[in-house]
Amino acid sequence: MIVCKSAAELEKMHRAGLVVWDVLKALRERVTPGVSTMDLERFAERRTAEHGVRAAFKGYLGYPCVLCTSVNSEIVHGIPDEHRKLRAGDVVSIDYGAEVDGFFGDAAVTVPVGEIAPEVERLLRVTREALARAVEKARPGNRLSDISAAVQRCVEENGFSVVREFVGHGIGTRMHEEPQLPNYGEPGRGPRLQEGMVLAIEPMVSAGAPAVKMLGNNWTAVTADGSLAAHFEHTVAVTANGPWILTRPREVNGPPW
Amino acid sequence: MAKKYQKEKKRTDDGNPKEDAIEVMATVIEPLPNAMFRVELENKHQVLAHISGKMRKNFIRILPGDKVAVELSPYDLTRGRIVYRYK
Repeated sequence: MIVCKSAAELEKMHRAGLVVWDVLKALRERVTPGVSTMDLERFAERRTAEHGVRAAFKGYLGYPCVLCTSVNSEIVHGIPDEHRKLRAGDVVSIDYGAEVDGFFGDAAVTVPVGEIAPEVERLLRVTREALARAVEKARPGNRLSDISAAVQRCVEENGFSVVREFVGHGIGTRMHEEPQLPNYGEPGRGPRLQEGMVLAIEPMVSAGAPAVKMLGNNWTAVTADGSLAAHFEHTVAVTANGPWILTRPREVNGPPW
Repeated sequence: MAKKYQKEKKRTDDGNPKEDAIEVMATVIEPLPNAMFRVELENKHQVLAHISGKMRKNFIRILPGDKVAVELSPYDLTRGRIVYRYK
């Protein structure tokens, strides 16, 4: 059952979302060649403590860190590593979540390290656009798969492919709630979206084939053919006035990332 | 954190209410229209019971004073089904 949140509960979720926004924004600035993914992790831990809140990922199903840092062909759930140093031309997807007052926020960005090739920039641009189109569909009266279809269309129109093994999800008092939100599918299916539903919309895109391989650590998913992958995510509430991106301040307008 | 996609599980039904029925012994108090009977259980509670199809099929008659087995529904303990007539 998809739990709808009241206006007051949405406010609490927004507070969690703002923490996530702040941490990700700060992390983005720290991504430069030479930085290790563990450096980013440590910074995120400190920043989370400064906010006085709890980072959502650490300890979730046994996950060891507060961030997921997924470099290049890693799609999601890359574990920060002291020895993984970012180099110019890399792209790293940073996924972070926080819990504030019992409610969760979850968001992610894919950040270029130094200068990147134009094709790589195109991958990021298309994935961002896919998220933007998906967020636009998050309105009452639309159906869940409208969001999925929007992502798939945008991604495949541009020659990229949609990762199928992982999905967006409802979010609220738990990190993962109903429904599962695939990034592919026919529109017009699934539950009707209602005011108060909160969804973590996260398109995961591969520059090559969509096939996924799991690494030995049992967490990190990589593209089977080694192609680059991008991931952007926001926690979005469905409201009568349209989609409300909880993981950023109200004053910020324009595209989701 | 992305969620691993799980194909939807078939909804398992939560136990067959027919099998959860409670079987008790009772005495028939009075006959009512439509093969319904008022019966009195051992705990003095009175219950509305109807005759089961199997008994109808086999032309088994029930009269007041008969001792019978009654299946009570778990959803409504004041209604039952007469399933057996004792000697």
